Amino acid sequence: MSKLIKVFFVLMSLSVFHAPLTEAQDDYLNVGRPALEEEIAAWDIDVRPDFMGLPAGTGSVEMGEEIWEEKCTVCHGSFGESNEVFTPIVGGITPEDVKAGRVDGLIGNKHPQRTTMMKLPTISTLWDYINRAMPWTAPKSLEADEVYALVAYILHLSQIVPYEFELSDENIGDIQKLLPNRNGMTVEHGLWDTNANPDVLVNACMENCNAQVRIHSSLPDIARSAHGDLRAQNRHFGATRGADTLSEALVDPVRDGRRELTNTQASVVAKVDASPEQVAKQHMCLSCHGVNEALVGPAFTEVADKYVGDGDALVNLFNKVRQGGSGVWGAVPMPAQSGPTDSELKGLITWILELEKN
Amino acid sequence: MESRFRNKLGRVIRAPENYLDQALIRDISVEGINDQRRGFIKKSFLAAVGVVTADRAFSAPDPAIVNLPEHSKTLGKPVASRPYGAPSIYETSLQRRESPGLTRVSAASVSFAPLQSLFGIITPSGLHFERHHQGWHEVDPTQHRLMVHGLVDNPKIYTMDDLMRLPSVSRIHFIECGANSAMEWGNVAVPSVQYTHGMLSCSEFTGVPLSVLLDHVGFDQANGKFVLAEGSDGSSMTRTIAIDRALDDVLVVWGMNGEMLRPENGYPLRLVVPGVQGVSSVKWLRRIEVGDQKWGTKDESVHYVDLMPDGMHRQYTSVQECKSVVTTPSGGQVLLDKGFYNITGLAWSGRGKVTKVDVSVDGGNTWRAARLESPVLTKSLTRFNMDWVWDGKPTIIQSRAIDETGYVQPQINQLREVRGTRSIYHNNAIQSWLVSETGEVQNVQAY
Repeated sequence: MSKLIKVFFVLMSLSVFHAPLTEAQDDYLNVGRPALEEEIAAWDIDVRPDFMGLPAGTGSVEMGEEIWEEKCTVCHGSFGESNEVFTPIVGGITPEDVKAGRVDGLIGNKHPQRTTMMKLPTISTLWDYINRAMPWTAPKSLEADEVYALVAYILHLSQIVPYEFELSDENIGDIQKLLPNRNGMTVEHGLWDTNANPDVLVNACMENCNAQVRIHSSLPDIARSAHGDLRAQNRHFGATRGADTLSEALVDPVRDGRRELTNTQASVVAKVDASPEQVAKQHMCLSCHGVNEALVGPAFTEVADKYVGDGDALVNLFNKVRQGGSGVWGAVPMPAQSGPTDSELKGLITWILELEKN
Repeated sequence: MESRFRNKLGRVIRAPENYLDQALIRDISVEGINDQRRGFIKKSFLAAVGVVTADRAFSAPDPAIVNLPEHSKTLGKPVASRPYGAPSIYETSLQRRESPGLTRVSAASVSFAPLQSLFGIITPSGLHFERHHQGWHEVDPTQHRLMVHGLVDNPKIYTMDDLMRLPSVSRIHFIECGANSAMEWGNVAVPSVQYTHGMLSCSEFTGVPLSVLLDHVGFDQANGKFVLAEGSDGSSMTRTIAIDRALDDVLVVWGMNGEMLRPENGYPLRLVVPGVQGVSSVKWLRRIEVGDQKWGTKDESVHYVDLMPDGMHRQYTSVQECKSVVTTPSGGQVLLDKGFYNITGLAWSGRGKVTKVDVSVDGGNTWRAARLESPVLTKSLTRFNMDWVWDGKPTIIQSRAIDETGYVQPQINQLREVRGTRSIYHNNAIQSWLVSETGEVQNVQAY
């Protein structure tokens, strides 16, 4: 036997004990492990339009109303109509829409504010979303029956079912047939499949394309300052500067020679400490309190007004924010806030107490 | 480098693109073009054939040169004084920002990337736009798990340890929110490119192709038509993806621009679905399920549906069509004087590579091809540049991209003819910037 053939047989025998390299790669040996059934059950919460994944359960409109008042009203309003924190859930549909399965208010521009119920094509979507993501600050805390009840309540607010109605896994298929926008979706478009045909096809003209160019829309004057001072949103050196959008637009045409615009460097180099406004924003205080407008909680200026001359206000409010409270400004409780540091919170409350009403 | 500029300075330059004066533009905006105005335009055109200003002369020496600065005369800071570096203190204008009034709750909102100040195609990780549906968290990577199950032979759990042992790839892709430029479907609403186009970013992503995981669990090739991707945040964002796309170029990603993902971008694990609206690139990815039907989730049934004029909503719109925008000069910027400028911008397509970008400096009447800078990659941002000499006259600057399928970026009116003004998503219209004679640049819709 030649030396070469010997080597070949040695290699062959080794391969009995060591799988060939390519197979080892295919198997990704020791990477990942089997998922247990309990694990899949814990995470596999999705509910499809054919109701695959929908757990058994029952919930009445009445029960839904109770949960709604406790957990949902704060953002969505008593009737799901609120436009304060999120866009409305309920509204904009008619008994005719329920019959047709198409929401007439969507045609043309008859009902500019689209509600959830105007768009919703599948009842599974509503069930699935409430179950996985609501309430806003405590997602995945609802029992299946509670989710049924909330869906039933929304259906009732939309005048699709009576107050005595109970929704369950048994009758949810019948409710699907009553959804006002159940026939309102199309997948006939070119934006799903990469290789599908686009719907807007134009040519790339190079010369004499449009001698009659017109300006059809410009930034409204009131929007000029709506995004703050653009000087601070552009470099203070380089090819261009940011426009001083807190002032009127420039009027003098450029002349020969480079202009010196107001040097914005001082305003551009940021302060290291977060301002009270930044603290309020970062810790979501502004989700519930406006500076000048009451939202879920009182406006900051209202708080300042209430405690004018109160020497203990800083300490009392500090403790109230840390511990939470209710009753002073209404029934909706303010949860305890641990987010801001002590010095941030003191700075924030001091700032609030110094605010003056507009 | 024997100065191109010197040759140009003082040279007679025909500038047919810069001939409309402000009053005339205002007039045309209101009244349109008639014969009289056409006459004015012709005269303005002749006047615009001018001489570009010559070299600027200095009479006194520049103090920045003759008075040596402190950093030339003192000892600087040691290495690693900032162990994880930060931008210069002079770069504080670079921030992602919210658009006031767009949303009412910052935990379900968006922050826009400052495209007006960025170079090249990579978005610095700290400036990548954000879109959260129920806030972001710091997720412990040692406790994070990915479950792959559904119509598969062997449902599996992967830890980060598992995933990061797999054969990884690094690819540069853009992520654009389906609602980028949404505020501009009807009329001009926002002042700068940060807000018109800033729900757009581009990164080098590192991860394992989803196809590797789907093969590893033995997905059902006969019945597995779709996958569901689900996040682990409060909203547990879910989106349906077609199996052929999932097997194509979708990545399960942990790396972003050489480091781990930033928390706001899905640390430690996200999906990246190249070319598709950002909502499908699910962050804090916890679960992939293979199924035989679409899931009709909230963000593909109630949101991210495009309203058509006939009252129907287009569902499962996904592809981000070919689009471009000039980032300098752009809305809210001011040109300091006449003369040479580099018009620069970004182009991209969810269907592949950008093959050409044309730029117009006369409101779309004539177009010239811009230089595409390398690399030009599929489903990535592409940087384009074009020389321009501004003569101080009002003008409108636009860019128009074409991708490898031959698709041409449309004008806003062409989009509206088909989709109306209320479809919110997928506005890929040509952007117009009006350079006024003051040098201030404004957002306009011109066609």
